[in-house]
Amino acid sequence: MVIDSMNNVKIKVENLSLYYGDSPALKNINMHIYNQSVTALIGPSGCGKSSFLRCLNRMNDFIPNTRVEGNVYLDGLNIYSSNVELIELRKKVGMVFQRPNPFPMSIYDNVAFGPRLHGIKDREKLDEIVESSLRSAALWDEVKGILTRSALSLSGGQQQRLCVARAIAVKPEVLLMDEPTSALDPLATARIEQLIRNLKKYFTIVIVTHNMQQAARISDVTAFFLMGELIEVEPTEKIFTAPEDQRTADYITGRFG
Amino acid sequence: MKDLKATDFIAKITISTIAMIGIFILIFILFFLAKEGIPILKSTTLKDLLFGLYWYPTYSPPEFGMLPLIAGSLAVTLLSSLIALPISILVSLFLSEVCPKTLRNILKPTLEILGFLPSVVLGFLGMVIIAPWLQNSFDLLTGLNLFNASILLGLLIIPITGSLADDAISSVPTDIRAAAFALGATREETISKVVLPAALPGILQACLLGMMRGVGETMVVLMAAGGAAIIPESLFDPVRPLTSTIAAEMGETPVGSPHYHALFFAGLLLLLMTLILNLTAIWIEKRWRWQWR
Repeated sequence: MVIDSMNNVKIKVENLSLYYGDSPALKNINMHIYNQSVTALIGPSGCGKSSFLRCLNRMNDFIPNTRVEGNVYLDGLNIYSSNVELIELRKKVGMVFQRPNPFPMSIYDNVAFGPRLHGIKDREKLDEIVESSLRSAALWDEVKGILTRSALSLSGGQQQRLCVARAIAVKPEVLLMDEPTSALDPLATARIEQLIRNLKKYFTIVIVTHNMQQAARISDVTAFFLMGELIEVEPTEKIFTAPEDQRTADYITGRFG
Repeated sequence: MKDLKATDFIAKITISTIAMIGIFILIFILFFLAKEGIPILKSTTLKDLLFGLYWYPTYSPPEFGMLPLIAGSLAVTLLSSLIALPISILVSLFLSEVCPKTLRNILKPTLEILGFLPSVVLGFLGMVIIAPWLQNSFDLLTGLNLFNASILLGLLIIPITGSLADDAISSVPTDIRAAAFALGATREETISKVVLPAALPGILQACLLGMMRGVGETMVVLMAAGGAAIIPESLFDPVRPLTSTIAAEMGETPVGSPHYHALFFAGLLLLLMTLILNLTAIWIEKRWRWQWR
């Protein structure tokens, strides 16, 4: 199991606390996220799992009055140290959001947005990136003939896969997903889950999910959050069969949440 | 159950009747405008009417060349748009992207209130402040001219276009901005490459609505444009747009005379201009406006 080898740590979170104003949203989180694995973050609404996810690419920077304490190391480099370029960090850590949010442009331009932003102008190279990203996101066959059409003309599930393609077009190392299937129907959800299983060969994936079956189906490691605290982080089979903490057991068996 | 149906029926009839009356009145106005305007073609040809260079409706024989009036309307509209639209867009950008929320909550209503400023007040400002200033600083024969009227019209357009364009920019969903940030875009890149293109149809519509306000405005041009029926050759030539011509002359013309019909025809032309702008705006809405979920 990947989790056993400590040199496989991609992200190391150390004493991480997050404050919105004076109230703490995350309290002293310590955890490891492993290379080429899927880590699921579960917990009831408001438990801090999304806030935690957004600490990993510093998306919380935009929310006024937030304060972060502690360290997050990506490949041993503290992403909260002052000499880290936010743009470089975001290139390495991509994100897919809760609701499909394609840009109001063509399908092609959506995927090419990131690469263009980072200076790739060569048309052939862009074509290549767009095709390979759409292939990786399992969307190529459906859109190869309509690349110039508006991204908003796609269905919700297709839009979400487009957002995955857009995120991986900048070749990130880590992919953060914030409840990526919560706005989708079961079929579209199944396709995204299959996609996640395929993508973990190339990326380190961290996914926030409300759906415990989803966590059980796709993740290697599951972390359970409750009221801003990390209660337990274990290999997924273990947390779903023999959780150590009573609160985890209660949540998983549906006693609350 | 039966009662509910009856109430429903009554409500439906009432609402439809009132709506029909409104639509009927509008159609009637249109019909009236055409009925009173088209007879001018008995006195002169359409070509002379549209392209004639001389507007001497009270001479004998009268001349009904509307080209100077049309040119006046177009010149005032274009120049005021040229002045006001860039400023409006900057204002909307400032409101939506730059200024802090507390300031915006004060500035936006203020801007909208400016839009309700009676145009006669603006015209007055033009006459007593801008005109003497223009006359003295540029050594002109008259300060009441194209430039003066365009500045004032600009002041009328900015609140409309600025506020509507701000709405268009602000309605771009935040999760789309977040997506751009997450891809490593800076704030400037996010605004210029995602937010503005997404808001562009709305911004264009805001501009067209502002221009429509300019085309239709009467009091300001009547007071500040100078009123000479000539095709303007410089920024400081006095002009006589269609609107101010109608307003100035309608009271002094005998009902049913060719002059009377000519003024209604001018009204039809104005309607045509605003209609074109309006249809363009609708076309943009249909063709380009993104349907946010």
